[in-house]
Amino acid sequence: MSLPIKFRQMLLVFIFGTVAFALASLAFSYQASLIPASRLVNPDELVKILQSARSEKPLMIQVGSHVLYTQAHIPGSEYIGPASSDSGLQALRKRVEVLPRKKFIILYCGCCPWSHCPNLKPADDALHAMGFTNVKVLYMADNFGADWVEKGYPVAKGD
Amino acid sequence: MTRHHGVRTSIRGTLIGQQSLAPDFSLPDLTGRKLDLSSYRGKVVLLDFWATWCDPCREEIPHFVELQRKYGDQGLQIIGVSMDDGPEPVRNFYQHFKMNYPVVMGDAKTGELYGGVLGLPIAFLIGRDGRISAKHIGATDISVFEKEIVNLLRSKAGSG
Repeated sequence: MSLPIKFRQMLLVFIFGTVAFALASLAFSYQASLIPASRLVNPDELVKILQSARSEKPLMIQVGSHVLYTQAHIPGSEYIGPASSDSGLQALRKRVEVLPRKKFIILYCGCCPWSHCPNLKPADDALHAMGFTNVKVLYMADNFGADWVEKGYPVAKGD
Repeated sequence: MTRHHGVRTSIRGTLIGQQSLAPDFSLPDLTGRKLDLSSYRGKVVLLDFWATWCDPCREEIPHFVELQRKYGDQGLQIIGVSMDDGPEPVRNFYQHFKMNYPVVMGDAKTGELYGGVLGLPIAFLIGRDGRISAKHIGATDISVFEKEIVNLLRSKAGSG
């Protein structure tokens, strides 16, 4: 009767492994989706902020790929690097460490469809862990090309 | 819907329209050797703009490896264009996923040649005559790629 016991053990291991893998995959794949809606800003809202003479101008930080940034980015925004990497997160922390914690900061990426972006959630988490209280994340459903460039919003090229 | 180089495109889908020649490029592969797109004229090329940190891109890679294995001897050549900031993570990824097709390191200039690669993944299907027949933005079902590849493989060079 040892075979059924071994079989049950193997089945339990398989089920546990499958569930763990699925949870890990889910957590990784949908990181940006975990950012609370209250911290998001839409492209048209950001454009209004940038065009308004009265609004506080944010520090805009792109936390995606340099190749993508070089092709097109929001004028005045700064490239930091993919926040899914340790080097990108370090660069982000270094850039903002001396800033007042009430500084208005916009994070954006647009590398991938929103639910698959690996960069925004780590960047948002890092800034909140540092005590920043006025951070917004630019919501782009598909990517920077479709949700910003092709909408005709302002674009700059180069480094 | 937008137009890039005469090819009709739509987000998360494919529409085939007026065909234009795929812009040529010469980019370093992961060993530093230059790869010229024009040297693959006569083959059906799937040009995949991707990055190691891009989740939907990674999901497509094993399927591309399988397509290259299945149709390579019939004239399919998949070429990956990495939009990573450096080659090191790409080399590791290449070995880990046992990729069986060349990968070059892309740049902004190449992205602009292809109408702007401002989101990943983006894949172009290029016929034996060097003309772009389809552009896929975002993760695309592998069966869509396979159907188009089979159609292009049946075409003679020059007939698109």
